[in-house]
Amino acid sequence: MSAPITFATTRRILTQLRHDPRTVGLIIGVPSLLMILLRYVLNSEQRFSAIAPALLGIFPFTIMFLLTSITTLRERTTGTLERLMTMPMGKLDLLSGYALAFGLLATLQVLVAAGISLTWLGLDIAGSVWTLLLIVVLDALLGTALGLFVSAFARTEFQAIQFLPVFVLPQFLLCGLFVPRDEMGWLLSAVSDVLPLSYAVDALTHVTRSAAVDGTLVRNVAIIAGCAVVALLLGAATLRRRTP
Amino acid sequence: MDEPAIEVEGLRVRRGGQEVLRDIGCTVRRGTVTGLLGPNGCGKSTLMRSIVGVQIVESGRVTVLRRPAGSPELRRRIGYATQDPAIYADLTVSEALRYFAAVLGAPPSDVDRVITQTGLTASAKTVVGRLSGGQRGRANLSVALLGTPELLVLDEPTVGSDPELRDELWQLFHHLAATGVTLLISSHVMDEAARCDELLLLHHGKLLAQATPDVLRERTGAPDLEQAFLRLIKGREGAAR
Repeated sequence: MSAPITFATTRRILTQLRHDPRTVGLIIGVPSLLMILLRYVLNSEQRFSAIAPALLGIFPFTIMFLLTSITTLRERTTGTLERLMTMPMGKLDLLSGYALAFGLLATLQVLVAAGISLTWLGLDIAGSVWTLLLIVVLDALLGTALGLFVSAFARTEFQAIQFLPVFVLPQFLLCGLFVPRDEMGWLLSAVSDVLPLSYAVDALTHVTRSAAVDGTLVRNVAIIAGCAVVALLLGAATLRRRTP
Repeated sequence: MDEPAIEVEGLRVRRGGQEVLRDIGCTVRRGTVTGLLGPNGCGKSTLMRSIVGVQIVESGRVTVLRRPAGSPELRRRIGYATQDPAIYADLTVSEALRYFAAVLGAPPSDVDRVITQTGLTASAKTVVGRLSGGQRGRANLSVALLGTPELLVLDEPTVGSDPELRDELWQLFHHLAATGVTLLISSHVMDEAARCDELLLLHHGKLLAQATPDVLRERTGAPDLEQAFLRLIKGREGAAR
């Protein structure tokens, strides 16, 4: 691991984004717009407060997943990845550089969406706002790490986009947002137990309902962070210096 | 200094079920400009990838600067430019170069040096994606010049450049060789072959000849290198029959 190379990579990615202000606008704006839409579709502060925290976690997760899988795929297809692999660039340097850049962006995105929800939209949570933000940023990082990992299995951008319904929608359906996880059949419940988004939604629901920081909450947060690290390491394992 | 910069022995490479390189053996002397010539699809790029160490090879040995190709210690000592520009299209030329310089641990002043060397001063602040094809090729080449590479592996570095610029680039290549850098340059344009110290002729994945331009002309009795190359191919096909 080399810190200068990691930071140089982060800076490079942020510079690329600076040249593309429309993308940055979409990243920052879309989750907030969706939260506003949700608030007025539900037309009740109470119902909004019940579901909003979970969605605050899911939107950044989804957007970051898509963004990273496309960006890293582009790095593979344009040959810049191969060029970097001929240089003294560590695989983890590259991935940490990505995680850091998109993590920063995700934090900004979450701050805006959560800020609007907590003030204008009347989101009311029992727990601490900081805990909520921590979980949501970790979710976005998890999306980033998973996006990095699955981009290795896509050859084209069309395939990469298809991975969104494959990797994200099942987690969305099974995370407990639609049906509580303990009411699912044993098989679905078991699948739900191994999907990281389930723990994110559990943690977010807990913050909504209670101010207590208990062992389950800490465990759930640790699981999300652990999954992000594992996905990042798996992503590193898919980078190859030699190719056919 | 007598040890060759590159030594290839019995190299075989398969890509997609086809044998792309068949039993290649050659050497590249230090401080020379060696041309790798042959028609499109003859295996030039694959041979270069094998030398840089990014190609999965079936068998054979490739030694670069006295180490096996692909060794981590070589990553700072080889400058490599692929045929298709591998450079971030959404960054300006100097932003992209600054990043690659940081990865290589090269001083920041290198960015201006390579921009001048490749004649890109006027477009340094232009986004790579908006450059012309030739300019993009030069931006791609300039990445390979960052740091202090002892070996430059350049895949068709002059494609898309006008004659005047092409001439300047070849002067640069010879200038670098004079300072002890070894250059392996691929081309499918025969008039560039005359500017090389040594030639490797590749055809259908086989090495037809390794010789200086003069020796090649003499051996085949051809007036120019294009004819010499054609005679070599014919001779080989005749022998196969």
